Amino acid sequence: MWRIGTVVALQSETATARTIRFQVPDWPGHVAGQHVDARLTAADGYSAVRSYSIASAPNTNRQIDITVERLPDGEVSPYLTKEVMVGDQLELRGPIGGWFVWRPEQTEPIQLIAGGSGIVPLMSMIRSRAAAGSTAPFRLLYSVREPKAVWYSNELQGLTEQDPSFGITYAYTRATPKDWPRPPGRIDADLVAKATWPSSLGSTCYVCGPTSFVESAASFLTASGNSPDRIRTERFGPTGDRK
Amino acid sequence: MAITSRGFSGRRSTADAKLPPGQYATTDFPVLSAGPTPHVPLDKWEFTIKEGNRVLRRWDWKSFRDLPSETITVDLHCVTRWSKLGTTWEGVSLDTLFKDVTTDAEYALAHSHGDYTTNLPLPDLMSKQAWIAFRFDDEDLAPEHGGPARLLVPHLYLWKSAKWVRGITLMQEDAPGFWEGLGYNMYGDPWREQRYSGDE
Repeated sequence: MWRIGTVVALQSETATARTIRFQVPDWPGHVAGQHVDARLTAADGYSAVRSYSIASAPNTNRQIDITVERLPDGEVSPYLTKEVMVGDQLELRGPIGGWFVWRPEQTEPIQLIAGGSGIVPLMSMIRSRAAAGSTAPFRLLYSVREPKAVWYSNELQGLTEQDPSFGITYAYTRATPKDWPRPPGRIDADLVAKATWPSSLGSTCYVCGPTSFVESAASFLTASGNSPDRIRTERFGPTGDRK
Repeated sequence: MAITSRGFSGRRSTADAKLPPGQYATTDFPVLSAGPTPHVPLDKWEFTIKEGNRVLRRWDWKSFRDLPSETITVDLHCVTRWSKLGTTWEGVSLDTLFKDVTTDAEYALAHSHGDYTTNLPLPDLMSKQAWIAFRFDDEDLAPEHGGPARLLVPHLYLWKSAKWVRGITLMQEDAPGFWEGLGYNMYGDPWREQRYSGDE
């Protein structure tokens, strides 16, 4: 069923991405990592539907956040990143998906690997962990084009500073901060081996990003000894406004 | 009843009669998988048809590739809303694989390397509707798209076309596979937009 979501807050993450918070009065609740279908309908009845990962932690306010990257040729993402205003309504269906999820009952070490906007469902897991007061050890390896392309930057920094059992490694593909030890480049086997939990810990790994990124990250994880059945992936292709 | 989104006009692509409701056409070939891509060596590959624990038929790669194959051009529809029209595959028809199988089972569960499963009514695998495909666009099927061989059931959403398929188990009663147990539709007809459980 489609539910009406009213935009209650907007927050720019970068020059091309923004977070939209919806109030959904009959939202049934979600689990970190799930996604939602959003339907936009034009005045003449034409409609377009896209899937977006939920960025927010499960909460009792019946609110969900999505973060949308503007794609130059997108049909929906330019509207959501530029046009939408507080008070606007659109239709939402979900939550959807029960595989790429993290629940606070999970106590094993968690390895998150994000490529670009693939951070969104992982951010929901990080926020869910903080909201639940979970002490499950979390590590995030976040591959991003350049420092200013990092989403949720201040919040992530605050969370790692407060919490010794949550660590982040950034990997920059185009430009690094000054004096950064690693030259810009894609993640490789060496970085994944160093930045992730030792495979002996039996961590659960969640990998989200563009297809080629997920393919390589997952293969580096298995190469460093992680069991394929402990690796969960979510991929999105170059088209489709997904995430 | 749909509400209107203020200021949204959308971009009406040429209405294509080949596109089921809620789908848009892409020329890419996106990849969606629940885990890492398995790499299955051909000397370890096999395909079995089972009923319960009883193996009815079994092929290794060579005996499978010795079977007559077909070239087919079909449209693909992914539940994540992209469709890819006019894709060309080479594969062995399930009619060929089931030629000497006699069963009163009505359902099938396809199994993959990597433990993926998906359920289908057996009649949907018969009558030139399903193949075990091993070539795409005149090339060997790439591992990320399900190679060495995948199930291809183009009249249903693409998650039914199990990648890295290794066998089919016949069932008397329908039982959910991987995604079907996680909220996706038991049947998955794109033309009726049966995406999630409860879609009729």
